[in-house]
Order: sequence, then C-alpha cells, then structure tokens
Amino acid sequence: MSEATAGQRLTVRRNFEPGTPGARIIEWTRRNLFGSALNTLLTILVLALAALILPPLIRWGVTQATLHGTTRADCTGDGACWTFIRVRLPLFFYGRYPPSDYWRVDLVAILLVACCVPVLRERMTHRWLWVILLLTLFPALAAVLLWGGIFGLDYVDTTLWGGLMLDFIVAFVTVAGSLPLGILLALGRRSQLPIVRTLSMGYIELWRGVPLLTVLFISAVLVPLFLPQGVSVDRLLRAMAALVLFNAAYMAEVVRGGLQGVDHGQEEAAHTLGLHWWHVQAFVVLPQALRIAVPGIINTVVDLFKDTTLVTIIGLFDLLGAVEQALKDPAWLGFAKEGYAFAALIFFVCCYAMSAYGRSMERRLSRDQ
Amino acid sequence: MLRLCIAVLGALLIVAPARAQTEVKSPTLDAVKKRGELICGIDTGIPGYAYQDSKGEWQGLDIAYCRAIADAIFGSPAKVKYIGVTSKVRFSVLQSGEIDVLIRDSEHTFIRNTQLGLDEPADNFYTAQTFMVRKSLGVAHTKDLNGATICLLTGTTLETNIADYNRANNIKINTLLFDKPEEAFAAADAGRCDGYTDDGGSVAAARSTMKQPGDWMFLPETIGGLQPLGSFTRMGDEAWTRLVKWVHYAMVAGEVFGVGKANIEQVKASTNDPDTRRLLGLEGDFGKLLGVDNNWGYRIIKDIGNYGEVYDATFGDKGGLGLPRGMNNLYSKGGLMFTPSWH
Repeated sequence: MSEATAGQRLTVRRNFEPGTPGARIIEWTRRNLFGSALNTLLTILVLALAALILPPLIRWGVTQATLHGTTRADCTGDGACWTFIRVRLPLFFYGRYPPSDYWRVDLVAILLVACCVPVLRERMTHRWLWVILLLTLFPALAAVLLWGGIFGLDYVDTTLWGGLMLDFIVAFVTVAGSLPLGILLALGRRSQLPIVRTLSMGYIELWRGVPLLTVLFISAVLVPLFLPQGVSVDRLLRAMAALVLFNAAYMAEVVRGGLQGVDHGQEEAAHTLGLHWWHVQAFVVLPQALRIAVPGIINTVVDLFKDTTLVTIIGLFDLLGAVEQALKDPAWLGFAKEGYAFAALIFFVCCYAMSAYGRSMERRLSRDQ
Repeated sequence: MLRLCIAVLGALLIVAPARAQTEVKSPTLDAVKKRGELICGIDTGIPGYAYQDSKGEWQGLDIAYCRAIADAIFGSPAKVKYIGVTSKVRFSVLQSGEIDVLIRDSEHTFIRNTQLGLDEPADNFYTAQTFMVRKSLGVAHTKDLNGATICLLTGTTLETNIADYNRANNIKINTLLFDKPEEAFAAADAGRCDGYTDDGGSVAAARSTMKQPGDWMFLPETIGGLQPLGSFTRMGDEAWTRLVKWVHYAMVAGEVFGVGKANIEQVKASTNDPDTRRLLGLEGDFGKLLGVDNNWGYRIIKDIGNYGEVYDATFGDKGGLGLPRGMNNLYSKGGLMFTPSWH
C-alpha cells in the first residue's frame, strides 16, 4: 500500500494548500482512509475490529491486571497476572545464572552495545576497526566473563545459562560465524575452480536440504555417540556450531544474490588494473555486493534470532524455554497467557528493532548511491 | 621366615576373594567421582516431577532422586548438573553417555529394558488414568460417572480407556477433546465439563490451575493400565544400577522404618532396630558394598527426606498439587511402595 500511495502522495503534496495542522490531518485522513468506497469500507471494518478486540484486551492486560505482590494469591483481579512475570523476571533474562554474578552478564551487554554502536552508526570513521573489535576482542572478553573460571571469576556452567541472554549469545555467535562462512561459500560457488565450486555447492545444498530441527537433534543426540568415550563437547557449543553451519548456507545464498547484482564489468575492470583475485573481491566486488544483500542479510538475522528459541527442544532454556518452564511450577500453574504474551512482546521488540535498523540502513545506502 | 611368608600368602588367598566381592567396579561411578558431579537427565518441565521454582532452582520428585544420588556419592546434594531432555531424545542421550542416569517421569517398559538396552533400577512413581470431578456433582466413584462429560486431551490412550471402561461397565461417560492442556483446563474451569482426566500427576496439576481448586476432588479409582515410572541407567554397569536402585529403597525404607528429616538425629542416637541401624550406617558395610561411604543412607534421609516426605513436598499438599498418595503409599497402607530387606 505504501508504494501505491507514494505516487498519489506526491501529487497531493504538489496541490496541497498549506492550512492549519487540524485541516491537514482531516485532509490526510480523507485522502488516505476514505479515498474510495473500498478504502472507506476497509477503514470502518478495521475500526470495528479494533473496537471489538481492544477494550477487552486493555481490560485484561492493563486495567484489571495485577502487578503487585509475590504469590499467586495476590492475583485476585479478573485480568492478567503480571505478578507472575515480575517474580520470574530475572529468570527470563538471565536463566539460572547465579544472581550474585548478574553483573557479568550486564557488563557483557554493555560491551556489546559499546561495540555495536560504532559499527552500526552512520558515517563512522575506521568502522572496520570496530568490526574487528566486535568479532575478536568482544567475544573473547564475553567468553571470559560469562564462563569464568579464571581471573578469580567463578566458573558458570553453560547449563545455567538461559533466558533472553542465551538468545542473544546464540544469535550473536551464529551471525558472527555464519556471515563470514557464508561469504566464503558464496565466493566459492562462483569460483572458476571446479573442486571449490562443487564443494561449496554441495555444502549449501546439503545444509539447505535438511530441516533445522534435524540438525539440532543430530548435534544433541548423534554427535556424542560419535565422540570417543570420555570426550564430551558442551551441548550449547554443539548447538551453536550446528546453527552456524546451517545458517551459513542461507547467508551464502543471500550474499550470492548480492554478488550477482554487481555488474560484471566491475570485476573485469579491477582485473585489468592488475589486482589480485582476493583484492578484487575484497575491495571491489564484496562492498557492492553486501550493500545489495543487506535486506536479505537482515531478514536472515531476524529469522535466526527467532530460531534460537528452537534450542529448547534439546534442553536449553532460552527466553521461551524459561517461560514454558515457569508455566510448570505448581505454585504458578495456569498463567500461560501472561507468559506467552510476555515472550511475544520481547521477541517483537527485538525483531522490530532489527528490521527498523535494516530499513534505515537501506534508505541510507540507496541515498548514497 | 618361610613359614611367615606362606602364612601371609595363605591369608591373602583367603582374603582376596572376599575383597574382590566388596570392591565395587563401576565405570560410571568412577567417572562421576572423578568429575565431581552427577549429570542427571531430567524432564524439561512438568509439575510435580521436575520444575523450576521462582528462584530458578530445580524442584520435584525426580529432582529429589538426582540430589539423593549425589548426596550418597559426594555427601552434597548440590553436586548435580541437570540436563533437560525431551521425550524424543531421552534414551539416546543416556545411551551416548552424556548423562549418568535418566530420571524423567519415564515409564518402565519391556522394549526399553530389552531392545534399548537400558536398566530400570527402581520405580519411583506409579500412575494411571485418574479422574477429577466437581464436588458439586456428588459423585464418589468412577462407575457413577454415567452421563457426565469429561474434558481430556486427544491423541492418547485416555480416550480408548474411557471407551473400554464404558463398554465394560455398560455406562456412558461423555468426552470433550482438546489439543492443548491449557485449553482443556480452561474448559473444565468454565464448566463446559464435569471433570477432567489424565494420568494422576497431570490431573493434580490441572486441579491447581482451577480458580477454586477446593471445588474439585479426585476419584479413588483409576482406569487403564498401571504406569510405573522410574529411573533408567545404561546396561552393563550393574554396580551403578545397584546404587541408583538402593538410593530409592533407602528413601522408602526411611518411611517404612519411621525415620524422617525431623526425627533422624533422635532415631540415630537411640534406635536398636537392626534394619534402621544398617540404613543409617551404624552397623555393617552397606555403603561400601555400593561403592560409597557408610553414612550414605543417613545423609539421604537428613538432606532429602524419606519417600513420604519427598512426595508431600512435590505432589502432596506441601507441593501445592494435593494429589493423594494412592498407589504411591507404602504397602502397609494399601500402596505399592516397599523395600527389600536390609540384611
């Protein structure tokens, strides 16, 4: 609809007589919501639906909801029992991480934001420096802080990690691992060398042909069977490795789409300048290809962020797992609605933030071109 | 000198077989001791058996068993690493050696014992299809449910059990089917049906979600077959299986002998009962024969409690589920829980 009306809006603006703000709103409403008989009908239908749904929803979620107290008995109203969420909030964010060590997780979150802001900001000088920092120093620091066991920090086993923190860790590792691997695979698939090309294609087709659930099950169940007796790899690491390998195939295809969008002449021109193949790819082709691939990459990232909830099926408790776990506590049985509404809200906020950033980046890139 | 040597050798020869019998050889137990913690495979969340309280601590009947085994080995119930396993992967995870023992409300069956090659050391919970009805219905027994409507989950043996029961007793119990437990709970609470049925533990969980749990009661009879739930170990490590088995019997024995968390010090100081003395490590080498120290039984009762206490704290009134003991009562009170002799 936005594209369809974009043209209209241009003509509207041209003919528009600037009036008072009130008149402008009425004019906008008339044109956009009641422009035609169909639009009028749709507007009325949507309003009717909202009138039907919103009041009970607000009554349930806000006016008759309970937030205070610490036990189930405090939830006396007819509405939602947000007490349930409030009491369990630390579990939803940190999982079973020891409460006295929450500061370690907080510190990692601050470091992540501190590293991400320069990477994501517009017109940052030395952006590549920050990217390298985000991909090397930050993971090392985060691993030390979260795991502990050295520098006087207590060791915290990964079975205690959970909640939203686990979603972010898994998502970060998956993106940081699968994007570089995906770029290599995409380049490999376009390579002139038959072995490299066949291997890359085989890899991509193999991983794309297997459902993610199967891959996770294999990582959780079959891999330990193949390992020699006494050797065990942490199941979180196994799950993350599986997600990286799986998503790399999708990233590769997204990046390949970008690569195909770069005019062939660019590459040939760079070759005639005498640049080495790697230099051609790194300095001429990839910067342009990635720019084209940004919407697809963001799409994949949002997708894999939501996929991190699948780790619950192999016994790791991410945010959704922690919520489902909370529903099983006999002291708090029967608050499924509140639990799922909370999880949905958190995931929506995270995913919306990502796609909003993606859109602003696309706008910026198309403006730059 | 020669005579002394022969005497020593002779003594060694006599002692050696006896020692060989007391030496406990268990790769799993050795690995657990070396690691310094027990890895326990548990349910990813189910009321009564295994769930996290609002502090994130694991609670439940199965959890109590994990803690008891760790307590027997290390003297500390906290030395357990819990791995949540779903019903699909539970046995493969045990077979792969990723967990030491599986205690996950899993039914002991023939195929699991034979084809899957797993040992089934001890049943820790007996369950069967149970009914919960509104008190206002005025029904005291399952056969009186003629004409009543029962909410239940679809796609299980619950439906066929009811159909069979109807046919056998020539009555008509109506059913209202649901896909998700939450929906079925809500329908029962809203009065769309007179009762709810599932296995005992789940019905107890359902009751606690009702607006007025006190308005609902459990019927004493169960229908369908008995489901014995309990622990699983890998086959081929008898010593480990034995330890898991006797940890369960120690908890039941505590209740049979009248020893619990509350009175353990008093009983330990004054008891003359030989069985109790052996359980508490005052006599005999009952711990050493299992590969742990002799105070294991005392520690389990003191830190975890006897079976009855654990049941009360998880499924009973203290656990908030209010499920009557029923089959899980002691043999002397009409249940199925017993302990082999302690000698």
